[in-house]
Amino acid sequence: MPMVYDAHTKVTLADTLATEVPTHGLEVEELLRPVSGAEIFLRALDAEGVKIVFGHPGGAVIKIYDEMARIKPGFQHILVRHEQGGTHAAEGYAKATGRVGTVLVTSGPGATNTVTGIADAYMDSVPIVVFTGQVPTHLIGNDAFQECDAVGVTRSITKHSYLVRDVRDLANTIREAYHIARTGRPGPVLVDLPKDVLLAETTFRYPTEVKMRGYSVPADGRTDKIARASTMIAQSRRPIIYAGGGAIGGDASALLTRIARRGGIPVTTTLHGLGAFPENDPLSLGMLGMHGTWWANQAIQHADLIIAVGARFDDRVTGKLDSWAPHAQVIHIEIDQSCISKNVFADCAILGHVRPVLQKLESMIAPLDTSGWLKEIAGWRQQCPLAYESDSKLRAQYVIEQLRDKTQGDAVVVTDVGQHQMWTAQYFKFLHPRTHITSGGLGTMGFGMPAAMGAAFGLRELGSDRPVVCISGDGGFVMNAQEMSVAAAHKLPLKLAVINNRFLGMVRQWQELFHQERYSHTDLSDTNPDFVKLAEANHCVGLRAETREEARAIIDQAWKVTDRPALMEFNVAKEEMVFPMVPAGAATGEMITERLTPDSFV
Amino acid sequence: MDKTLILTPQQIIRKRAAGDPIEPEEDELVSQHTITVLVENSIGAFIRVVNMFSARGFNIESIAVGETDDGTVSRMNIVTTGNDRIISQILRQLSRLVDTIAVENLSDTNYVERELCLVKVEYKPESRAEIMDISAVFRGKVVDITRTAFTFELTGPSNKIDAFINMMRPHGITEVARSGRVAMKRDAFPD
Repeated sequence: MPMVYDAHTKVTLADTLATEVPTHGLEVEELLRPVSGAEIFLRALDAEGVKIVFGHPGGAVIKIYDEMARIKPGFQHILVRHEQGGTHAAEGYAKATGRVGTVLVTSGPGATNTVTGIADAYMDSVPIVVFTGQVPTHLIGNDAFQECDAVGVTRSITKHSYLVRDVRDLANTIREAYHIARTGRPGPVLVDLPKDVLLAETTFRYPTEVKMRGYSVPADGRTDKIARASTMIAQSRRPIIYAGGGAIGGDASALLTRIARRGGIPVTTTLHGLGAFPENDPLSLGMLGMHGTWWANQAIQHADLIIAVGARFDDRVTGKLDSWAPHAQVIHIEIDQSCISKNVFADCAILGHVRPVLQKLESMIAPLDTSGWLKEIAGWRQQCPLAYESDSKLRAQYVIEQLRDKTQGDAVVVTDVGQHQMWTAQYFKFLHPRTHITSGGLGTMGFGMPAAMGAAFGLRELGSDRPVVCISGDGGFVMNAQEMSVAAAHKLPLKLAVINNRFLGMVRQWQELFHQERYSHTDLSDTNPDFVKLAEANHCVGLRAETREEARAIIDQAWKVTDRPALMEFNVAKEEMVFPMVPAGAATGEMITERLTPDSFV
Repeated sequence: MDKTLILTPQQIIRKRAAGDPIEPEEDELVSQHTITVLVENSIGAFIRVVNMFSARGFNIESIAVGETDDGTVSRMNIVTTGNDRIISQILRQLSRLVDTIAVENLSDTNYVERELCLVKVEYKPESRAEIMDISAVFRGKVVDITRTAFTFELTGPSNKIDAFINMMRPHGITEVARSGRVAMKRDAFPD
């Protein structure tokens, strides 16, 4: 018998407009004299309230850069040194501020260089708008110089994309692009701008309304479903909240924290959910999944109710689906209908914005008696704590703990991808939303450094003096190291920690565990640069530590640098592995840990 | 050990919802569905819909596209197969696309479905009468004739067209063109 799911019909346009959050504070501009498409582009960005654009010029967008010099728009243009760095910077900016990031690049290679960043933003629901130049419309399809079908190439990695064929559509398209990127489940939107459209002239009026019959955003969640969820919560004996990036993107972490404390419900978060719930709270179980804590995963396996908030049951969270959370009913609060019951059937699916749903839910939650359940979890916590060898060697976990102590958790931490990323997730103990930025879904090495730069620009815009700390590995750092000089030029006091084990550490770990220790092409010692010299060559401060004492000393030194990035290279032990671990495709109950074989558990 | 013995009640609920087999000898509950999608009338919108199927590994058995009474809207009729989880996922992914205006699984409703087919069949003086007989049974129409071949036009549900092609096959089919299925929901009778 077919199950009854939420109706997949769309809500009306009126609902869209009612729930939309307008962020463009400027008055709507109107120009009656005809102006060029390039000028319209700049004025539209100003009208949209764009404060910063990460870009790189080229032939197809030269008119925009020309008008930029003439008009001097209200936004700041940051000249990045590679378009991929630009897209990651826009992502870091968007993640740190909650605003839409903007990228401007030329046609052909400019467009293709943004592909990795667009895919990354798509996987991690980051709102960015990427403007790509295009050859003139009459040359499209002609294999013209620097031609690339940018819309075609990015079709399956964008939330939506546009090719603007007529200058009269330009302002409206830009309005729609930002609207789509920002609302609902956020994501990247690409706008392809042929050169002749940028040269053509028309009058400019920035539309106040968006009219798209095919696009709507779910409303606030059905009250009957929320009431049903509250009943399920009241009846549960072993509930657990599983919070994802949506809890932070939906600005719901304070609400979530109140609900968890009121109900006495333990909270585990995904990688992107880190910071949604303070990790120094006794109810916090840390991260779950492949490199999550033993106790969070055990709690999931024994829970009778999972309250999923803005999370998508990704394979790195669930492991083998069939045996994940075998006793738990699932409440799923989610804005993207396509995530509901995609991997795990939701017994109660609430389609809507996380914030209004949790607001309604909060009033329906009564304190639960979970003391027995919490005691059981405390037992698992003791059984297999997060630990590493504390010999004299400098280890990555130690460095991360020192960075945590230095900042007291009051920093925006941006990581790259690999072992250091997992250790940061495990050991940093995140306390605030939007303080943890990483490439989770796509797992893009080279993300960290430019994203940290973008985050720092965002914090500067917000007037925040939180330090931005980039934690990266030696493998990933090199992939976008060129952006260091951009950060230096803008005097951003980034703290760049390079955890150097002279290996592609995560691949090495898999080679050691699952491929009979054949370390095929993961040794980087011959090809690594001298990181201190690399920093200095890019107008940054370079520091190096080999021991624990030196590590503490260079962290202190780095924090004294206020006018440019400071790179700290930590030469750590290469044999270190991330534990605990659920091997890919294995059941969550089958975690590998250093000191415990989990045979005694189901 | 029997696999069902170790499934929890919650795991059984999940498997039922997805249409996954529970007993080892049970088959997966896969069925054919006709989905109708109203999209913006542009090539880009059409490609996005088709691309979604290929990018996410869903299957398309047939697809038919054409303008509706509103020139800015196209109707796509897509026939696909899958278990309940996959069909629900297809519907949700389709609805999520910016260019789709309405998405409906007609197989959940009372609907009418037709396909048009052109079939070229060779004939000889001795087979000509029989071929015409078959065509008459199926209410086929001759739209072209040469000294060696008929071209028939046939409209109907897809299984009728399959049957017609099977009947003509022994006589020598040289070409077949099928439109893919077009479908529409039947209106309910007023009480």
